[in-house]
Amino acid sequence: MSVLIDKSTRVIVQGLTGREGSFHAQQMLDYGTKVVAGVTPGKGGTKHLGVPVFNTVSDAVKSTRANASVIFVPPPFAADAILEAVDAHLPLVICITEGIPTLDMVRVAAAMKNSHTRLIGPNCPGIISPGKCKIGIMPGSIHKQGHVGLVSRSGTLTYEAVDQLTKLGIGQSTCIGIGGDPIIGTSFLDAVRMFNEDPDTHAIVLIGEIGGNAEEVASEYIKKHVRKPVVGFIAGQTAPPGRRMGHAGAIISGGQGTAADKYKAMRAAGIHTVQSPAEIGHTVAAVLGKSKGKTAANKKSAPKKKKRSK
Amino acid sequence: MKIHEYQAKAILAKFGVPVPRGEMVTKKDEARAVAQRLGTPVVVVKAQIHAGGRGKAGGVKLAKSSDEAASLAERILGMKLVTPQTGEEGRIVRRLLIEEGLDIKRELYLSVLVDRATGKPVFMASAAGGMDIEEVAKDRPEAILREIIDPATGFQPFQARKLAFGLGLAPEILNVAVPFFQSLYRAFIETDASMLEINPCVVTGDGRLIALDAKVIFDDNALYRHPEYKELRDLDEETPLEVEASKFKLNYIKLDGTVGCMVNGAGLAMATMDIIKLSGGSPANFLDVGGGASEDQVKNAFRILLSDPNVKAVFVNIFGGILRCDVLASGVVNAAKELKFKIPVVVRMEGTNVKQGQEILRNSGLNFTIANGMKDGAEKVVKLAGGAR
Repeated sequence: MSVLIDKSTRVIVQGLTGREGSFHAQQMLDYGTKVVAGVTPGKGGTKHLGVPVFNTVSDAVKSTRANASVIFVPPPFAADAILEAVDAHLPLVICITEGIPTLDMVRVAAAMKNSHTRLIGPNCPGIISPGKCKIGIMPGSIHKQGHVGLVSRSGTLTYEAVDQLTKLGIGQSTCIGIGGDPIIGTSFLDAVRMFNEDPDTHAIVLIGEIGGNAEEVASEYIKKHVRKPVVGFIAGQTAPPGRRMGHAGAIISGGQGTAADKYKAMRAAGIHTVQSPAEIGHTVAAVLGKSKGKTAANKKSAPKKKKRSK
Repeated sequence: MKIHEYQAKAILAKFGVPVPRGEMVTKKDEARAVAQRLGTPVVVVKAQIHAGGRGKAGGVKLAKSSDEAASLAERILGMKLVTPQTGEEGRIVRRLLIEEGLDIKRELYLSVLVDRATGKPVFMASAAGGMDIEEVAKDRPEAILREIIDPATGFQPFQARKLAFGLGLAPEILNVAVPFFQSLYRAFIETDASMLEINPCVVTGDGRLIALDAKVIFDDNALYRHPEYKELRDLDEETPLEVEASKFKLNYIKLDGTVGCMVNGAGLAMATMDIIKLSGGSPANFLDVGGGASEDQVKNAFRILLSDPNVKAVFVNIFGGILRCDVLASGVVNAAKELKFKIPVVVRMEGTNVKQGQEILRNSGLNFTIANGMKDGAEKVVKLAGGAR
């Protein structure tokens, strides 16, 4: 089991014939992902990397029964590409593109309200269920099949955490990079909810960063509903206020969105917080070791004690 | 991208937002001429810098004659303004806005931005104008009115009326308030702003509503749609090293520590700063070389890092995915040879082609410290930088 994707997922690459699209589609094919079609307007009827190319997403879906799409088109055309995938009723769309104007995403988010499509990203590394399917730009080799669900706003920091886990022999059920933009399709809350409901995910790693309050919202949910152990890290503890730290969404504005606030919310929810990015793997190992044989009630009581002592 | 108040007002005026009459000047005599042209009993001399808190720092003054405007202009031009938003180093005033004085009856706060929680634009208004809105939000959140806007239908007149009544505006002002608020929203959308703030918006004695101050920040990602805004960028308002870095598409933010950082990916770059701090040191910068950095970019990144005189040691922390470790290592070696730097460099690499990368560093004959993991790297570089500060 895994969330959102598995061996049967059939993927379309929007922007297959471009430089980025070609490179990563090949990597996905090498990983074993079923890349069934590409879409490049005007190149329909041709083949690229051995994959048939279509003019429209709708044509590609009709011919190949695809059920997911990954988008590598440049920022000015990305919002349109997402909406085209939504229009073709694809249940899952992953947008890798970085640099989409915020107001474009405001319109996309509003248009998607009544659709059945789940969007991951934009400005994200994608999603991988190790050993089954990889849709995105993450290096497949560092992953290992297993039972930890990982959700993160970052790319390379996610790889760092995955690498730590794999080196300790801890595999992952699914890793989701939700993206570093202020407006994204899948939130921490969405990802945590899916991992909580997935019987094959035994523990959750949440890697947040400064800006917004998505980590706080997820923490609130975890406090109420999640009995699986959760490990949390927030990047940007030393970031100055008012500056965008690389990601469009990573900014402390008006005193809101600090790492300190997010850690506080996570601790209050009983999440095992990690201050050092080098300790994510070890903390998961310790938590998994400890939680063996414990009942749900026991797990729940530990954080409660912590809260009282504050 | 931030712009100056006078530039923001010129843009808002095009959308029908009433602003005070005024002109930007850079010289004392121009200030006198503008004051004469305006012809009001009082003119306002306002320092133009990309930071708030100018008034308290002495950058906004009233003049009762054109001579006084000229002497105030002489005093403020070239002055270093230190406000809570500029940091200790302050900003040199190079431009002034000379504006007509107004008969102010009330001060309001207005802003439009994107609300991250709902993913929609939000129009905010408060009767507590002219104050630090962050303080108001903290102490009296109920004093801030919020209207969430559906992007499909846009900002509706009823929403503008709700805000106007909520602010306690008199019925005769209502007729100007509704179109004023709507123009503001239109400006926000059509300029692809990420934030638009009028603090204060004033009600005058003769019943007009005027944007007394204006702050507009553009969404950098949307600037390709507005090539005409690029010339509004004022490089004097930015840190020189950050300007230099932006030329090479490097994401660099200067901080005040001693450990230079070069990292790929924004999240990992922030985490690297954090672990340096946890190891007892302090980061000199944030630097994300991006996912597919070339050798040339690595070289320029080093050059920029090392231009900061506070840097005592450099930590290169790379997780190779798309960026291969061997490419990075060659870039680092070439940069070291070309720039001939003596500063100690700790390199931590992981991921694609890590072995080849480490080999390149070892065989270079240069004195790199190769770290095993982030923690080891951070501890080593902090020690080399002279330990904790």
